[in-house]
Amino acid sequence: MLAIARQRMLGQSFKKILPAVSVLRSYSSAAKQITVREALNSALDEEMSADPKVFLMGEEVGEYQGAYKITKGLLEKYGPERVLDTPITEAGFTGIGVGAAYYGLKPVVEFMTFNFSMQAIDHIINSAAKSNYMSAGQISVPIVFRGPNGAAAGVGAQHSQCYAAWYASCPGLKVLSPYNSEDARGLLKAAIRDPDPVVFLENELLYGESFPVSDEVLDSSFCLPIGKAKIEREGKDVTITAFSKMVGYALKAAEMLEKDGIYAEVINLRSIRPLDRSTINTSVRKTNRLITVEEGFPQHGVGAEICASVVEESFSYLDAPVERIAGADVPMPYAANLERMAVPQVEDIVRAAKRACYRSVPLAATA
Amino acid sequence: MALSHLAASASRSSSLLKPLSSALSLRRSISGDNSPLTVETSVPFTSHQCEAPSRSVETNPKELLTFFRDMALMRRMEIAADSLYKAKLIRGFCHLYDGQEAVAVGMEAAITKKDCIITAYRDHCTFVSRGGTLLEVFAELMGRQAGCSKGKGGSMHFYKKDSNFYGGHGIVGAQVPLGCGLAFAQKYSKDETVTFALYGDGAANQGQLFEALNISALWDLPAILVCENNHYGMGTAEWRAAKSPAYYKRGDYVPGLKVDGMDALAVKQACKFAKEHALKNGPIILEMDTYRYHGHSMSDPGSTYRTRDEISGVRQERDPIERIRKLILSHDLATEKELKDVEKEVRKEVDDAIAQAKESPMPEPSELFTNVYAKGLGVESFGADRKEVAFLREAMHDYSFLQMEKSFYALSFIAQRSHSSVGTAHPVLIYPGLYWEDSFSTKKEEACA
Repeated sequence: MLAIARQRMLGQSFKKILPAVSVLRSYSSAAKQITVREALNSALDEEMSADPKVFLMGEEVGEYQGAYKITKGLLEKYGPERVLDTPITEAGFTGIGVGAAYYGLKPVVEFMTFNFSMQAIDHIINSAAKSNYMSAGQISVPIVFRGPNGAAAGVGAQHSQCYAAWYASCPGLKVLSPYNSEDARGLLKAAIRDPDPVVFLENELLYGESFPVSDEVLDSSFCLPIGKAKIEREGKDVTITAFSKMVGYALKAAEMLEKDGIYAEVINLRSIRPLDRSTINTSVRKTNRLITVEEGFPQHGVGAEICASVVEESFSYLDAPVERIAGADVPMPYAANLERMAVPQVEDIVRAAKRACYRSVPLAATA
Repeated sequence: MALSHLAASASRSSSLLKPLSSALSLRRSISGDNSPLTVETSVPFTSHQCEAPSRSVETNPKELLTFFRDMALMRRMEIAADSLYKAKLIRGFCHLYDGQEAVAVGMEAAITKKDCIITAYRDHCTFVSRGGTLLEVFAELMGRQAGCSKGKGGSMHFYKKDSNFYGGHGIVGAQVPLGCGLAFAQKYSKDETVTFALYGDGAANQGQLFEALNISALWDLPAILVCENNHYGMGTAEWRAAKSPAYYKRGDYVPGLKVDGMDALAVKQACKFAKEHALKNGPIILEMDTYRYHGHSMSDPGSTYRTRDEISGVRQERDPIERIRKLILSHDLATEKELKDVEKEVRKEVDDAIAQAKESPMPEPSELFTNVYAKGLGVESFGADRKEVAFLREAMHDYSFLQMEKSFYALSFIAQRSHSSVGTAHPVLIYPGLYWEDSFSTKKEEACA
């Protein structure tokens, strides 16, 4: 008893002395675990260190250490010329960021949430996305727009919309959405290095989640390719596509489905534009069934595009209609029970997968 | 002293070379010299929160003759564009700058090509003053390959990055925050240069302008906001759109200067003053009091919201080219005939450029899919019919589709490992991600170079 108490005290005092050590799980001998927040922070830090043209701009990114602490410590390290606190004027500072990118700098513009990006959407689409095309290659725009996207917890209708489908429909933009820490690090680094405008959709609820990362991921030259999805879990019966937080839900659904003898293949899209149609179609040609999962509004959503793509390219391989799991077609309500109904839950994904499977798989599969 | 000797000998030698040069080239036959001349601006400057610069402007014969020639060229170019539009060789939008030429030439005389200029859609003359050629202008207006944006931009999207001209923007007011961003980047890079962000009286009421101005003042950016006040925002007169049409004062804590925009020398003086100010003290607003003879665009006759008397009145009293002509003649820098010859030369230059532009072909159909990204990600770009694999190159040579309201031709690009097999209906789909390449090259690229 005493030994345990002493051990706990020692552990706690260690945590006080060496806060960084608490990042490591004391009993894990394998990969290191970092939170998505740490992943993003380290990616920004390394890219700013590597290229003096990279600078950060946004509300509260500097002295406040970041509204969600993503940019913590960067003002102290790089100074106020490279980490700029802006007034609450999205149209103004986004335009300034795009103008700086025209000149050749590499801005990383933070939107406190992507809901506020609507105030600046003209600059994202008309000033950034289309410039390289309209100027026939003279003006490229190496800018990154990043911030939390989609629903958080109890923030209501005006603060919960998912913008993946809106931005991904626009040629000239690249749209990325990471799930875990590896994604966050690799994709943000790729986005900052990319010479085109990139919309980087994070998720507030994932910031605090830890994921294991290999040494390769922690290396400062680590980078993931844009436009390539990842098969998070291999399977043979049904394909589930998802991005951001829904990848976690899809993985949980896959575990539940396995108990019923349904082996789901979970694809983490990572890149919404360009969509990795190759990986999706190859998977559907293998499993013959597809569930698309997203948090955003269903009409004209990411799932609609994936469904259309699969119907166009792999129609004869489908054994069941494509199922779409998406947020409810209503503005996000506040009450907890209604909010729960307005976003996809693991049960919804499981139910849809079973529907897709029972179309042509005999009920005996569950026996 | 030595300098004036040099200048004098230069003018003497240039007069010796005159017959030779006029025989050899069609360019100007009068060149003027650099001997200093001081001219008073038409009216004194009115200032807000700063000391106005002097009314006396330093210039020289060469500069005045250059002003005359450049403005005559711009005037002729815009009038020719009017005719081309009516002949349906230019489509869509065409916003003409005639009447406002003094702003473009005066500004250019005060700055270098390292300073940046960004403007809205009335950009043809600004592009030329930044070094763009007439061929690039007319070819772009007609949507041809020789255009400055290879025919893909159009009238509102002229760019010349190598002389720091950043367009060419169709969304009213958007160019102002972009211009402040250019100024930010100049300060960040310690270039000691400035940005001129031009906008009209219509855009002066845009919220994003004040957002950008606030940030520019907070961060001391070398941004000069230039309001080209031609008194009409499309069809709406300034007094109907702005509670306070004193645009040079609208910056509140930001200093401003009101300038006669029809006087190229006043514009030059103001821009010189503004550049010095911006490099030391941050943003400043210049309001250029100017006027456009044409309507807002080619679809606007320009006479429903203003009287023809007003337009002809301005043309008689304040025309920028006439002012410089009178100045040149009164200082005996050239004869009337010589100036008329310049106008004839300029007219011929414009006609030649138009003829050359008409020869330029339309862009290749493959250009539909190029430049979407600076770093192409793979070959997946879809045309109107995603499934049509055959590249209908033959059909594209017939441009009668332009007369059709809707073009129903199918065009889609699915990559093939060897791009030589154009025109085959091979249904093999090569997916992006296997290797990285831009639309039409087979060069492999690193995933994250």
